[in-house]
Amino acid sequence: MELNALYYLIPSLIMFACGVYGFITRRNMIAMLISLELMLNSVDMNFVVFNRFLFPNQMEGMFFTLFAIAIAAAETALAIAIVVNVYRANNDIDVRDICKMKF
Amino acid sequence: METSAILILAIPLLMFLFLGLAGKYLPHKWAGILGTCGMGVTMVLAYTVAFEYFFSGNSFFINEAGDRLQHVVFNHDWLNFYDKLTIRLGFLLDPISAMMLVVITTISFMVHLYSNGYMRDHHGVWETGFQRFYAFLSLFSFSMLGLVVATNIFQMYIFWELVGASSYLLIGFYYTKPSAVSASKKAFIVTRFADLGFLIGILVLSFYVGLYSEGNITDAFTFTSLTSVPVDGLTDTFSVSEGTAQVIRDLFQNSAAPMFMGASVLTWALVLIFMGGMGKSAMMPLHIWLPDAMEGPTPVSALIHAATMVVAGVYLVARLFPLYLMAPAALDIITVVGAITALYAAMVACAQIDIKRVLAFSTISQIAFMMVSLGVTRLDHSVALGHEVHEGLGYMASMFHLFTHAMFKALLFLGAGALIHAIGSNDYTAMHGLRKYMPITHITFLIGCLAIAGIIPFAGFFSKDEILTACFGHSTVWAIWMAVVAGLTAFYMFRLYFLIFWWKEHKVHDEHHAPHDQPWTMTLPLVILAVVSIFAGFVPFGSLVTWNGHPITGSGFLTNLENLNWSVAALSLIIAIVGIMVAMKMYKKENELPAKMRNALPRLWDWCHHRFYWDELYMFITHRIIFGLVCRPIAWFDRHIIDGTMDAFAAVTNKVSYAIRGFQSGNVHMYVWCYLAGAVLLAVITMICVL
Repeated sequence: MELNALYYLIPSLIMFACGVYGFITRRNMIAMLISLELMLNSVDMNFVVFNRFLFPNQMEGMFFTLFAIAIAAAETALAIAIVVNVYRANNDIDVRDICKMKF
Repeated sequence: METSAILILAIPLLMFLFLGLAGKYLPHKWAGILGTCGMGVTMVLAYTVAFEYFFSGNSFFINEAGDRLQHVVFNHDWLNFYDKLTIRLGFLLDPISAMMLVVITTISFMVHLYSNGYMRDHHGVWETGFQRFYAFLSLFSFSMLGLVVATNIFQMYIFWELVGASSYLLIGFYYTKPSAVSASKKAFIVTRFADLGFLIGILVLSFYVGLYSEGNITDAFTFTSLTSVPVDGLTDTFSVSEGTAQVIRDLFQNSAAPMFMGASVLTWALVLIFMGGMGKSAMMPLHIWLPDAMEGPTPVSALIHAATMVVAGVYLVARLFPLYLMAPAALDIITVVGAITALYAAMVACAQIDIKRVLAFSTISQIAFMMVSLGVTRLDHSVALGHEVHEGLGYMASMFHLFTHAMFKALLFLGAGALIHAIGSNDYTAMHGLRKYMPITHITFLIGCLAIAGIIPFAGFFSKDEILTACFGHSTVWAIWMAVVAGLTAFYMFRLYFLIFWWKEHKVHDEHHAPHDQPWTMTLPLVILAVVSIFAGFVPFGSLVTWNGHPITGSGFLTNLENLNWSVAALSLIIAIVGIMVAMKMYKKENELPAKMRNALPRLWDWCHHRFYWDELYMFITHRIIFGLVCRPIAWFDRHIIDGTMDAFAAVTNKVSYAIRGFQSGNVHMYVWCYLAGAVLLAVITMICVL
């Protein structure tokens, strides 16, 4: 059995769909954050796969993925900080409670 | 030489900066002494430069034929617009600029000295803003010196505006007084309006020069290439050579040949430039600012509104005189404007009560004499009452009168200042019979009056005689007209003199408060200027200042006396003496004659007293016609149409944003759904397009 790109892309698609589903349905901000990471990772995977199968002699996709992971980590740290502050303010991390930022 | 030239401009400028910035931390006395000393040093430097220019015989300044040359001391590039237009700042020495250096620094120094006494009250308390006053005086001196030594028309324009600005600052010196504030605004706006003509004139000329020439516009506006005074061979590095000068003169004649409304473009441009001169020199109908400018402190009136700035218009015409000679129509306009102004101002001066106003109108009238004198100058052969007239005599006479007038008018103004300081009022009705109380002021004022009336051997006699000779050489009508004005001059000056110093005895209630001569800082300038007014007439101007640098009379102390055209001189003397006699008959002792004459001609008196209602006419034109018929509709259009459109945009944006603000709900899940829906929609659209 030959491993072609679909073997990697289909799990990636499933990961992405799970992420979207989680992001929409969860009210807990930490859970939403985890869903977000799931989506990001599926995209990273796509980069790597396409790089491997389309341009096997080049490394751009790999490096792009490394940068994306680093950025995602920083972003998560920031998000966690916000979540902590929201918790301090509301004593809860339900996303419906932070609707003060409207008009 | 170059060091002196730079210092002449730099000292007043630095003094302005220093006194303006650090003045309020200095004691009043030291600010005054510093300003006066600075101006004194400038004066000495200017004297050395002028002396070197006129008398050293250096080949920079005079050639083998005895013609005076133009010498550019320095000329630096200042604004480089493009390869054909560069604005330079420099220092040009030629007969008129050297003469003006002497006039400006002398009068300015006298005024600086005099103000030390004038700008404090009888108890020795200094006026508020005394240091500011000295700073502004320095600024004015700097600007005026920069104007007269300008090497090109652009530099002249820059300094022209600077003197206007410093005049504005000094007229409005008592800025708590509403009349002073409105006078300063009036002066600034009227002269600014006139300067618009000046600017348009320059632009018209440069447009046509640029259109018709491959050459350099910069050179076409450099005075060394315009004037008929030969340029010394050594300044070629800065300016154009003699050959180029001729080319540029031809260029002006040819390039400005296109006609516009019956006159050549050159004529139009020169008339517009003359309009700037009319504003600064208070020619009719732009004279209305000068009488009001008397709201400023009297030393300022003496410096700016009698001796230096108001003659800038005459100086401008003299500077561009070779151009004016190419457009005789422009010279005719100058003659007519000058002659009408001279008569008008002399008539009004006869019916004023405020002594400074009398002097202001007398200044207008005398400047008009200078203008007429330039206007009648032609180069053709002419004869005045049986005597031959030298070519270019009018130009020389005009500059000569500018010189002598600066001296005796500054003297008269400073004398008037001493009177006002002693009495505390500007009206002669509060004075009368002061001759015994203020002997120095009396004698010096009398000398000033004799000088302006044109009595031999005082300064005004010689210069006015030359002007009348030049007028006779051109046209007998204008000559007789100007002779009548000269008679009126003698009349109104002696009316003023007799009303101040004679008429009736001064009543003194308290011996301690009797009016008396002022401190030495005020009397010394009076005495010096009086001596100058006596002897200035003997300066051999004909060999020093002429339109082409070529002497028209011999040099020597008594030259002017030897070269008199005695028939004209006798005529002007008789007229002056008649004027004085009439004034003496009417005003020496208190009598009924003036009141009778006034009642006999009430209309004439009213018109003269109200300055022929020019101010009212201006009020009518500006308020009723310009404000009412032009400005108000424009303001309505601005407020309702232009502002209205903008307001409508703002209102619509506001309404729409209010209506759709519900989308910004703060509900994160709703945002996500919207985003997803958008993404899916885009994907669907893309697929449809691709398939």
